[in-house]
Amino acid sequence: MIETRTFLGIPPFPIAAKKALADSQLRGNMHHATHTIRTKRARVTGELPDWEQLREAGADIKDDVMANLGGYLEQLEESLTKAGATVHWARDAAEANQIVIDIARRHKVDEVVKVKSMATGEIELNIAMEKAGISVWETDLAELIVQLGHDLPSHILVPAIHRNRSEVREIFLREMGKVGMAAQADLSDEPAELAGAARRHLREKFLRAKVAVSGANFMVAETGTLAVVESEGNGRMCLTLPEVLISVVGIEKIVPTWKDLEVFLQLLPRSATGERMNPYTSTWTGVTPGDGPQEVHVVLLDNNRTKVLADEVGRQALRCIRCSACLNVCPVYERVGGHAYGTIYPGPIGAILTPMLKGVGTSESTDALPFASSLCGVCYEVCPVRINIPQVLVHLREKVVDSHRGGVPGTLLTGMKGASWLLGDGRRLGLLQKAAGLSSRVLWKQGLIGRMPRPMSRWTDARDCPAPPRESFRAWWARTDGGRSAGTSGTTARKGTDQT
Amino acid sequence: MDGKCDDPRISTRIHSAPASGTHARQPCDGAPVKVALFVTCLNDTMFPATGQATVRLLRRLGVEVEFPSAQTCCGQMHVNSGYVPEAIPVVRAFVEAFAGYDAIVAPSGSCVASAREQHKIVAARSGDRGLVKAVDEVSPHVYELSEFIVDKLGMVDVGAYFPHRVTLHPTCHSTRLLGVGDRPERLLAAVRGITMVDLPAAEECCGFGGTFSLKNPDVSVAMGSDKARHVRESGAEVLVAGDNSCLMHIGGLLTRQRAGIRVMHLAEILASTEEAA
Repeated sequence: MIETRTFLGIPPFPIAAKKALADSQLRGNMHHATHTIRTKRARVTGELPDWEQLREAGADIKDDVMANLGGYLEQLEESLTKAGATVHWARDAAEANQIVIDIARRHKVDEVVKVKSMATGEIELNIAMEKAGISVWETDLAELIVQLGHDLPSHILVPAIHRNRSEVREIFLREMGKVGMAAQADLSDEPAELAGAARRHLREKFLRAKVAVSGANFMVAETGTLAVVESEGNGRMCLTLPEVLISVVGIEKIVPTWKDLEVFLQLLPRSATGERMNPYTSTWTGVTPGDGPQEVHVVLLDNNRTKVLADEVGRQALRCIRCSACLNVCPVYERVGGHAYGTIYPGPIGAILTPMLKGVGTSESTDALPFASSLCGVCYEVCPVRINIPQVLVHLREKVVDSHRGGVPGTLLTGMKGASWLLGDGRRLGLLQKAAGLSSRVLWKQGLIGRMPRPMSRWTDARDCPAPPRESFRAWWARTDGGRSAGTSGTTARKGTDQT
Repeated sequence: MDGKCDDPRISTRIHSAPASGTHARQPCDGAPVKVALFVTCLNDTMFPATGQATVRLLRRLGVEVEFPSAQTCCGQMHVNSGYVPEAIPVVRAFVEAFAGYDAIVAPSGSCVASAREQHKIVAARSGDRGLVKAVDEVSPHVYELSEFIVDKLGMVDVGAYFPHRVTLHPTCHSTRLLGVGDRPERLLAAVRGITMVDLPAAEECCGFGGTFSLKNPDVSVAMGSDKARHVRESGAEVLVAGDNSCLMHIGGLLTRQRAGIRVMHLAEILASTEEAA
């Protein structure tokens, strides 16, 4: 058994990010990986003349599902039951984990194979099963690298994106033999050889396992069909070989009909891996006698999704199809990697989803996430279901600040209140500018402010700061009648930046 | 400098006196174009030269410029930091200062985006119906400088002269929130004597991000350092942008690095003429 790590204990984003920035290997790996996938995505989305309409359709379908979620869930339960599946309802992580553990125990197994799934990562199913004495074998290549490396996932789609191939080779050589078939001693870091080692290691587990655990990318309400979209075929193995299949799926993963599924099967691979079509799309509808798993369970997971649904601005996050396009284009994510976010959902989508799922005001780490963005908006531009991530980030910042009101006002609140008073009146701002201009005459001869003590050091440690000008614009306007009186309308050189 | 008035909102307010000393621009109904300058708190306090350049430029284009002195700030810093109630007095001051103007022009994509997208959020939070109505009336009249010149004045060649190698940082809020597109590039391309050079990864954020630059200074500087490197690689003498906030951040890195590249606001380049050079 491998002990799965938890995100608990990762410091809040600004501190974790600072540490990650100093890791030049990580910076190099992340830059290479995100730029490669970014370019591929841009190419395959750019070639579709109706890409924008597809995005709109994706958003509309999901919004319809959210607006009528109760009805669709009942329809799904009915079609699943009719097709021979057993439906379980889980309010939270603990309930979902217990359901899965109980089913595994009923079949007296001490191991399960697993298809890559975000929902089971969110509820930390692996940790719960390990506590219950059941080994969980991750079969997605990147998840395997993370699991064997006693590591944490750092990307929604490519959990080992922070690792390069020589690191993968070392992990395989060191760890595979401890939990199954060892890697060949002369393993090189050629991707094909690494994949071969993983294939041999995993095949043993696929052929032995009686129970598989998966998530699902989509659930079709009209037929009770679940769909998994993948690249490696490990999912197909897990979904067809074992006798028992347990799928843990967030309730927002519904699409009403197969026709709606068509939209997402175009949006997802192009946004996720930058492929026109993914190699494996598996769909299953309950139990088919004599073919595939003969016992099929679907665990429908809420885990605060209904709370997110109640937030008028934030609910658009439930459209997410976990494609990771927002991660791959995000300039912040690219530089710090996924671990700094301290959650299974990193990057821009994680910065909105995590605080909403866990609750704003519940921890310093969660509350730091909506601020982990420069609000550049590139995530919204690429999102295949048009989630306005910057809008939700700003909305959540408001909620974070509101959740901390009422105590002793901190420096920032005091500052913001002061700025609010100053900026509520042009005359007050004018007085401030006069004081700043005066300080400029006395303190800053060069027109530039260099290194300063805290808290100014947050700016000046790496950046110069222009000194305030002697005369503000409004003072100039008043003195010269808007430049109409003589001799004052010439160019004023920008202070401190004119070195040419 | 040919063009036509295509916005009926601008010509609805009749003013008799043309701007002094210039050929007053005549929109559709024959009245001169008159605008209120929203200089923005950052330009007002830290970069008055940008405000002065905007005034010179607009006057040269035949526009009469007013500066409502009650103006302060768009409130973006408060909203983006989560302090929405604290933004209410700021937004109130904004709509009071600019009520009744047909065109409010600002040399900042970011502040214009704030007026268009965020003022309604602040007004809704205030619960003050009067403020909601005032915001609805004022915010559609707020224009970013390059939008105003290209779309409302119908001009691309503003008669500027600037004989330098220049590269453009398009800024996130101008491109992604406002959608100014290639307007700044078209305005710059028409400047006489200018040599425009490409900025690698131009569309990528510089990492300023308002209070992000202070709350996450390390990430902000990492992003800014890459931007500064790309500016150096471009071979430009001057980095231009439509937002002094981004330029303050990138420029602060460039001077610390002794890069010898100056940063200038778009208005300052467009205001430059052969006579003034």
